[in-house]
Amino acid sequence: MLNQLCLEDIKIGMNLPILKKKATSQQLVMYAGASGDYYQIHYDQDYAKSNDLPGIIIHGALKNAFLGQLITDWIGEYGNLLELSVQYRGMDVPEDELTITGIVSNIKVDSNKSNTVYCDIWIENSSGKKSTIGKAIVNLPYQKRSK
Amino acid sequence: MEDSIKKALNEYIGSETKAVTYEVELGAVLKFSKAIGDDNPIFTNPKLARTSRYRGIITPPTFLRSMFHDSSEEKIFFAAGVDGGSEWKYFEPIYIGDKITVIKKFIDFFTKDGSLGEMVFQVNEIRYINQFNQIVATQRTTGISYEPKK
Repeated sequence: MLNQLCLEDIKIGMNLPILKKKATSQQLVMYAGASGDYYQIHYDQDYAKSNDLPGIIIHGALKNAFLGQLITDWIGEYGNLLELSVQYRGMDVPEDELTITGIVSNIKVDSNKSNTVYCDIWIENSSGKKSTIGKAIVNLPYQKRSK
Repeated sequence: MEDSIKKALNEYIGSETKAVTYEVELGAVLKFSKAIGDDNPIFTNPKLARTSRYRGIITPPTFLRSMFHDSSEEKIFFAAGVDGGSEWKYFEPIYIGDKITVIKKFIDFFTKDGSLGEMVFQVNEIRYINQFNQIVATQRTTGISYEPKK
């Protein structure tokens, strides 16, 4: 359990790590191919504009994947992701530097000692707008006692 | 929204798509992980993943987005759409070689005025079932449809 995050390591109000992403237009095409989402608003400027959009936009589901990575990186091998929700409040565009992070909002430990950790998570774009907000629910292992 | 569309959508509530089943392929998982830029060994490195608690590669949380519901009988009511969001629940890890059955159920719809004019929000719940008949995950999605003005 090298560098494994444990329940004892966290507290309510604690910041999650920061993940930075800058999606290139190439990444959007890779994501289109890998996910099978071929909707043209993600790679065809003219098509996107004819749909009243500012230009090509990042797949919401790719931003969802970034938030997924934030959590799975943080909880490590022995943490379990139980729920992940995202709401797209605004559109994001390629080449913008996105900051992906969150905060521990609650921790519940029940009588069986099983724990549930609640996080508020979000993506902030370079103009400081939270374009995507969400929640994650995870559980974490307890620290191994040495004796 | 036209009354005829509203009526059709209302009749559509509760309906489910035909089940479609996919096998989780190693190449597809590696390609997906690369596309999202996630280099976690549990999603990308078969050798290291074998020594993990999972004894092999598992899929990243949103990999199921690559497993579409059957859309052959789906009705399209609007010219354009954007994704409003997703709520995932995870119950079991998904391994290479798993066979995942995908079924989408239309839950509800509502309208709102916003930046794209009248926007129709359509809520669906997709469930993903493995070869042991376990629900491995569910995804509640909100799609936003609109008619472009241009």
